[in-house]
Amino acid sequence: MSRKEYVLFDKDTKAFVYGYQTNAIQRMLDFDYICKRVTPSISAIINPSRAGIHKAFWGTKEIILPMYKSISMAAKAYPEADVMVNFASHRSAFETTMEALAEKTIRTVAVIAEGVPERQSRIMSATARKLNKIIIGPATVGGMAAGAFRIGNTAGTIENIIASKLYRPGCVGFVSKSGGMLNEAFNIISRNSDGIYEGVAIGGDRYPGSTMLDHILRYEQNPAIKMIACLGELGGEDEYRIIQALKEGKITKPLVAWVTGTCSPVLPASVQFGHAGAKADTHKETAQAKNDAFREAGAYVPTSFDGYGDTVQSVYEMLLTKGAVLRFEEPEAPRIPADYSKAIASGDIRKPTTFICTVSDDSGDEVLYAGKRLSDVLSQKMGIGGVVGLLWFKKELPDYASHFIELVLQIVADHGPAVSGAHNAIVASCAGKDLISSLCSGLLTIGPRFGGAIDDAAREFKLAREMGLAPEQFVNDMKKKGINIPGIGHKIKSVKNPDKRVQLLINYARANFPSTELLNYALQVEELTTAKKGNLILNVDGCIGILFIDLMSSCGAFTKSEIDEVVRLGYLNGLFALGRSIGLIGHILDQKRLGSRLYRHPADDIAYMMPSEEEIQCKRRD
Amino acid sequence: MLTTSALERFVNKKNIRAAKVVLDMAQRGIREYDAKRMLARYLPEYLNDFSYNGNLALVGPDTDLEDLVSSNPWLKTSRLVVKPDQLFGKRGKHGLVLLDSDWDKAKKYLKENMGSEVVVGGITGRLSHFLIESFIPHEEEFYVAISSDYDGDNIFFSTKGGVSVEENWDKVVPLHIDILAGIEDIDIKSRLPESLGEKRTVVENFIRALWQFYKEMGFTYLEINPFTFYSGAIVPLDMVAKLDDAEEYWQRKRWLDLAFPEPFGRSLSKEEFFIKDLDSKTGASLKLTILNPEGRVWTMVAGGGASVIYADTICDLGFAKEMANYGEYSGDPNTEETYYYTRTILDLMTRHKNPSGKVLLIGGAIANFTDVAKTFKGVTMALEEYKGKLQETDVKIYVRRGGPNYEQGLRLMRDLGRKLGVPIEVHGPETHMTRIVPLALEGASQ
Repeated sequence: MSRKEYVLFDKDTKAFVYGYQTNAIQRMLDFDYICKRVTPSISAIINPSRAGIHKAFWGTKEIILPMYKSISMAAKAYPEADVMVNFASHRSAFETTMEALAEKTIRTVAVIAEGVPERQSRIMSATARKLNKIIIGPATVGGMAAGAFRIGNTAGTIENIIASKLYRPGCVGFVSKSGGMLNEAFNIISRNSDGIYEGVAIGGDRYPGSTMLDHILRYEQNPAIKMIACLGELGGEDEYRIIQALKEGKITKPLVAWVTGTCSPVLPASVQFGHAGAKADTHKETAQAKNDAFREAGAYVPTSFDGYGDTVQSVYEMLLTKGAVLRFEEPEAPRIPADYSKAIASGDIRKPTTFICTVSDDSGDEVLYAGKRLSDVLSQKMGIGGVVGLLWFKKELPDYASHFIELVLQIVADHGPAVSGAHNAIVASCAGKDLISSLCSGLLTIGPRFGGAIDDAAREFKLAREMGLAPEQFVNDMKKKGINIPGIGHKIKSVKNPDKRVQLLINYARANFPSTELLNYALQVEELTTAKKGNLILNVDGCIGILFIDLMSSCGAFTKSEIDEVVRLGYLNGLFALGRSIGLIGHILDQKRLGSRLYRHPADDIAYMMPSEEEIQCKRRD
Repeated sequence: MLTTSALERFVNKKNIRAAKVVLDMAQRGIREYDAKRMLARYLPEYLNDFSYNGNLALVGPDTDLEDLVSSNPWLKTSRLVVKPDQLFGKRGKHGLVLLDSDWDKAKKYLKENMGSEVVVGGITGRLSHFLIESFIPHEEEFYVAISSDYDGDNIFFSTKGGVSVEENWDKVVPLHIDILAGIEDIDIKSRLPESLGEKRTVVENFIRALWQFYKEMGFTYLEINPFTFYSGAIVPLDMVAKLDDAEEYWQRKRWLDLAFPEPFGRSLSKEEFFIKDLDSKTGASLKLTILNPEGRVWTMVAGGGASVIYADTICDLGFAKEMANYGEYSGDPNTEETYYYTRTILDLMTRHKNPSGKVLLIGGAIANFTDVAKTFKGVTMALEEYKGKLQETDVKIYVRRGGPNYEQGLRLMRDLGRKLGVPIEVHGPETHMTRIVPLALEGASQ
């Protein structure tokens, strides 16, 4: 790679992000995009717990970033990536950083974690120096090269990046200890000069991986940087290394410096400033002494932090006058598409929805059933019937109606293993299918001939009644059309062997419903049909459907059009499917518990009747 | 790399002999009792014939002396030393060390001194913890200390230990251990004074082992001054140590459940303790030190870096004496946390009235990720609650902040200003970070 030694980041820099930090990853890509980079700055993500891909935005489009489990695998796949942004926690920052340093192709590691032990920091730093590599951090947000590359979250929001013109390079190289002051420094420098070329925060720990001087010496060598600014802290000797270099003539570019912590002499000794390294152990380490030494060595030092911007400005203007810096035409500020969630929150955009839900809402603190809090549903003991009322009909039904629903569910819950739905579920379970597949197998059997006649019965009887057909007329009409009356007839039950379930339903309805008008009509029909044949009784499906119409018509909670809708949309078969699921699940689990083997229908129970050879021949006519 | 020259590294002896009892985020002083306990327990892992018995007992304000004797029967049979164990040095000089005593005299000494007020190095505090150990009659006093710097560790050894080590600093043997190379290839023996005679090898082995102990147990400073030989074995007489609290994750077990004591003389006020407690329960950072409860200038600054700069600017403008507090909140605290933090400050600042009124600086740099609107919501909740008291105390408020959702946050403050009846001046990133300090203080001095 042709990158100069003093350049850590440029427009072609490629990096790995260690740790699945989706926000930081998106921020890096957004920065790349507004800097008009040709390709994203992230080669791959390293996520020790999962390999695969990560989808992220590139402007308005989406792109895929590969994700590897180990640093070495990623480094092998992307030898052009020479930066690792390390988001590992303080527990694993050391080992992951050492691992990255051991990769030939990785040259710079930014360590974000706070609380890395001092010995580990010193070993990382010494190892990096030995290998001629650079560590930024620990305990920092990182750094950035304007218009080229940003480490993770450096420079904050996209609005801030645009406000501080970080999408294009200026002429100032900046370095500080504090990561928290980096944005502020970018702001000050952009308001008082043509802006930042590169800015790095080395972190406030006692033993940072690279020192402020390391970066200042890089800035000194970089011809694109015309002036240097630094922000030091009380405590430590780092500033004296810079002062030494100034005195030795190793720094020739104008240097604006300020050391914070001038207030420390008036504070009690035990006050700890925000950073671990910020503690003056000797007079030499105080902010005053350092500022004085900077001034004496020829740096541009304001009288307080308040004048930092003014000092930057005066140095910048001096460079302009000398012609060392040229004014350039300001490029148009780029735009980045607003994040959807943010734009929605601010009320800046709206979007038509494609999907509407009116029965439940999980977007708040507590789920709502038809607008009613789940905790209220429970505290009011609404029961399954009440919940069905809310979620199917969006109504708080009277108690007798909820109880009727529960009665229906209990009655239809099971009817033994031989009925076709249970049989199918059992066969599937015996074939080794899981619970849900076996349940589906049973449920898929529900239809016109098995359990699915509730809606049809409700519809036909309701229609006949509304048309004012006498029971005889209704029976005759259906016969003429060649249709069996839905809800009438049972395989084994008959007048002599009545269906107990139907009796239970009728008794409940008579005792609780204000009116059972349609039931009375249906019983007149039954009288006619059973006169023809004993098993043409009102069956359980029919009884449920008809009683539900009576319930809705008489309880006062439904309008006529609502009742029509219930019938038209086929709500009522849901009662059978819901109730019978209880029994089907019981049968499926029963077979599993018993360790049943694959079911094969006995051959002697099948009549094998093959077509003759002639029958299957395609007859050709010539 | 640019290192300070080897010589300069050792010249800064003030660093080493300073009492080292400052509260520090990463490096924290531990009790002599804990340091010696760890030495007795773990040095034998690196030094087979280290036979220090570690007869040590710690007495705190609530210690039952009878219980202590039953678990430490040697207290009744040995001659004893009793001394305060509260992270300060020069105890002998202050007449606080009881030497060659029996148990009865020790008990009497403890009774007389427990809870008494003393002044050490200009700091007043109460005695609350004492170390009791066996008295070792001795003549020889050796000095050994280990400290760390950027590229390695420094070991200092002297045969002129005890109180006279500082006067004889030129006799101290310095050894530098490179952080990567370690101690293996370092010739220690030939660097030790010949006057040690036969003890040269013993001392060499002790130094090597002590460095291993220092390195592997998370120390950042360790000083045994003096140690001596008793019946041919090394015995530490006085010990000072600091640990890197960032190592806790790895060292929890080996640190023998020790607690980090507060520096001598530092007792937290109720409010400081409340904030410290709040801080310990959140991922955010909340810090508060009260400097002058009757001061007129109060600050509520976001961020460690910015808070120092605001304090600097207040001092630069000559208001150091009026600066009431130092502190910071950062790391994206939630609304509730900023509410409690603000409330604590408002409560403190409205307790005393001042004829010139007071100012509250709600400052901060441009945040990286702290949601300004969210944190300011908590601030405004507290301000509204203290509306009456703020008016009575004649408080003026100055705000400066930037970062995520700052426009919304500043709007919250401006809107509040209109209905609070307390003047609030609000600035964003277009105003220099500390410009509100002169704005506020020039107003305050009128």
